[in-house]
Amino acid sequence: MADEHGRKWDRCLADTAVKTVTGISVGIVLSVLFFKRRTWPVSLGSGMGLGMGYSNCQHDFRSPYLLHGNMVKDQ
Amino acid sequence: MLRVFLRGANTKAQKCLYGRAHPTNLQHHRHYTSGESSGAAKVVAVGLVTLGSSIGGTVLYAKWDPKFRTAVEKNIPYSDWLLGMALGPNPYSPVTAHKKQVELSQPPSMMTEESRSSKIKKEKNIKEEPSVSTASETTSAPVYSAQSIEEECKECHHHGDTPVPAMVEAVDSMTEGPLKERPAEEVTARLAQQEQEDQDILASVSASLEESLASSAKTTLQAIGAQEAALQAIGSHTHKLKEAMEAEVPPDQKSAQWRDLETALAERRSTVNDAGAALLKARDALDSLRSVIDKAKESKVAAVQPLVLAAEENLHSMVVDLDQAVTKVQSAESEAKIVSQYTELVNEAKRQFQKELSSLTPEIQANWKGLTGKLSADDLNALIAHAHRRIDQLNRELAEQRVREQVHIEAALEQQKLEDQKALDKAVHTATQHSKEEARLEQERKLSELREVMEAEMRTQLRRQAAAHTDHLRDILKVQEQELRSEAEQVLNSKMLEQETHYRQLTQEQLDNFTLDMNAAYARLKGMEEAIDSHVIAEEEARKAHQLWLSVEALSYTLKTAGSDLPTKPLESAVQAIQDSCCNNEFALALASALPEESLRRGVYSEASLRSRFNSLRSMVRRVALIDESHNSLYQYFLSYLQAALLFEEKQAMPPTQLTNEDLDPFKLLSYASYCLEHEDLELAAKFVNQLRGEARRVVQDWLTEARLTLETRQVVTLLSAYANAVGLGTTQAP
Repeated sequence: MADEHGRKWDRCLADTAVKTVTGISVGIVLSVLFFKRRTWPVSLGSGMGLGMGYSNCQHDFRSPYLLHGNMVKDQ
Repeated sequence: MLRVFLRGANTKAQKCLYGRAHPTNLQHHRHYTSGESSGAAKVVAVGLVTLGSSIGGTVLYAKWDPKFRTAVEKNIPYSDWLLGMALGPNPYSPVTAHKKQVELSQPPSMMTEESRSSKIKKEKNIKEEPSVSTASETTSAPVYSAQSIEEECKECHHHGDTPVPAMVEAVDSMTEGPLKERPAEEVTARLAQQEQEDQDILASVSASLEESLASSAKTTLQAIGAQEAALQAIGSHTHKLKEAMEAEVPPDQKSAQWRDLETALAERRSTVNDAGAALLKARDALDSLRSVIDKAKESKVAAVQPLVLAAEENLHSMVVDLDQAVTKVQSAESEAKIVSQYTELVNEAKRQFQKELSSLTPEIQANWKGLTGKLSADDLNALIAHAHRRIDQLNRELAEQRVREQVHIEAALEQQKLEDQKALDKAVHTATQHSKEEARLEQERKLSELREVMEAEMRTQLRRQAAAHTDHLRDILKVQEQELRSEAEQVLNSKMLEQETHYRQLTQEQLDNFTLDMNAAYARLKGMEEAIDSHVIAEEEARKAHQLWLSVEALSYTLKTAGSDLPTKPLESAVQAIQDSCCNNEFALALASALPEESLRRGVYSEASLRSRFNSLRSMVRRVALIDESHNSLYQYFLSYLQAALLFEEKQAMPPTQLTNEDLDPFKLLSYASYCLEHEDLELAAKFVNQLRGEARRVVQDWLTEARLTLETRQVVTLLSAYANAVGLGTTQAP
């Protein structure tokens, strides 16, 4: 079970890195294409990427504690 | 830095100052010590003075009080040596007191019972007989001098008196310690010894006496013989001399006669000398005999006396004979002197005549008888005239002589009387001596006779006493015999009775013992049979138990086959073996089936592997310590990581006996669990780990299940082995 923690972290970091890089690249593209080489799309993209990765990470770590409820329709 | 340096310098300066202050201090100390030393010397001196005074006081008081001295000597080890050196030996010591006690006990012991004393007296009498006889001799001498020989009772009294002091003396001399009677053997031995001694003395004395007697007799005889010879010689000489003087023999025979005379004279001289020498020798021998006799007289042996007496008589007779011979010789000598005087006178006259003749006729010499032809008439006339003149002269002298005859005769008579008187005195003296000697010898003889008579008398009395004593003893012995016999019979009977009862007791005991033994043996036999039967059953049980135990051991061995991080072999086969071996044992079956499936299929991890896993888990748990259901964001994760980085807890902490809320902190729990694991208490560690909550718990879940599995299996196996051991112990018999 301890390995899972490590595995989670690996996934998390990898995922975050990928997302951040993707965000940065999209930002760069957008900045270059649409926003006159301003930095704000890059930071936006990186931020978005980081945020997504962070959120994923958090969700991954939280997953054992999430309760999945089923709605039971009254019939 | 500077401050430190300054501090160091200060300390150094202080040290120097202090060092310089030290000598003064030391000087003060030295003053004190010297003061102290003078004080110490004073103390020592005072101590010595007190010691010496106490010793001196003790010695002085011991000198004054002997009891104190004895007390001191008793209590203090070497004080008796010291006190002896200082004061001399202890007059009042327990040793002298003891001696006094012994002496005091002597007089009461001397006052013995009558029979005992009489017995002792009798024995002493028998022993002291020789000494008593001499004592009686000395006592009877005054008795004899008083001439009361017939008073025998007085003699007995004396006998009675002398033994008592003798006995007392003997007792005193003999018994220093307790008074005891000499045994009869000793007495007879002593008597025999005494007799032997007496015999020896007697023999020696008689031998000496005989010897001296013989020698003295020989010498006396020799002396007497010599005296006789001397007498003879003197007689012959005088006779010859007379003959020579008076007889007219022819001249040639005259010279022969004169020669004979000279030889006779020489002979006489020699014999007289021999007689003198022999006399001396005889006197010496007699003196020695006398001394021997005196010595013999001193000895106390009674039997010596007659010998002594005889010797004395012999001596006396010899002395008498010797004296007689000497007197004879002396008379002969006096006669011879007269004759020699006569011859001298004659010779003198002849010489005178010769001288006158020679003066008258100077040319004629020597023998005038042969000169008849040679003489002339003148010569003859002169000769005749001379002869006439001579005759006238002689006639005148004769007349004078006749006149003076009476006076001369009276004087001669007086002289003769005196000489006779002297001779008489001497003879009387010797005769009185002889008679005295004879009387003394007579007395001694009578004395010895009396002594013998007395001795015989005493012997008869003693014999009578001894006979009476033996009769008395016989009677007493008879009585004693009777008494002792009855006593002995009594004792014998009682002993016999005792022995019989004892014997009966013993036999009864033996019978009882035998019955008991038989019963015991029978019971034992029965017991043995039962024991053997039960043994068989027990062995069967034991075999089964052994089988079970072996299978359980196999199972527990399989538990050990866990490598590090590898589980053990599956326990299925071992469990199967157990189930086979204990088919009729429900407990074992239940236990065997209680093992968890996982262990059967897969095996369990060893504790060591779990421990190592835990150590790696620990860091993980520390990192996610803050994460639980509600706090599980990534920020929480960051905080948790920070906490893990910054918080230090003990690696191992001893868990308390009761957990409080504080102890449920994961870090604390981890340290407790780690401690437990280090101390090989997996169960407790698992319990502690079980308390983790949240993410930490999720992390250690696997570990926990593994631990639980291991614990379960181990528990079952322990139970089984304990059960197998119990069964085994129960069935196996102790050797």
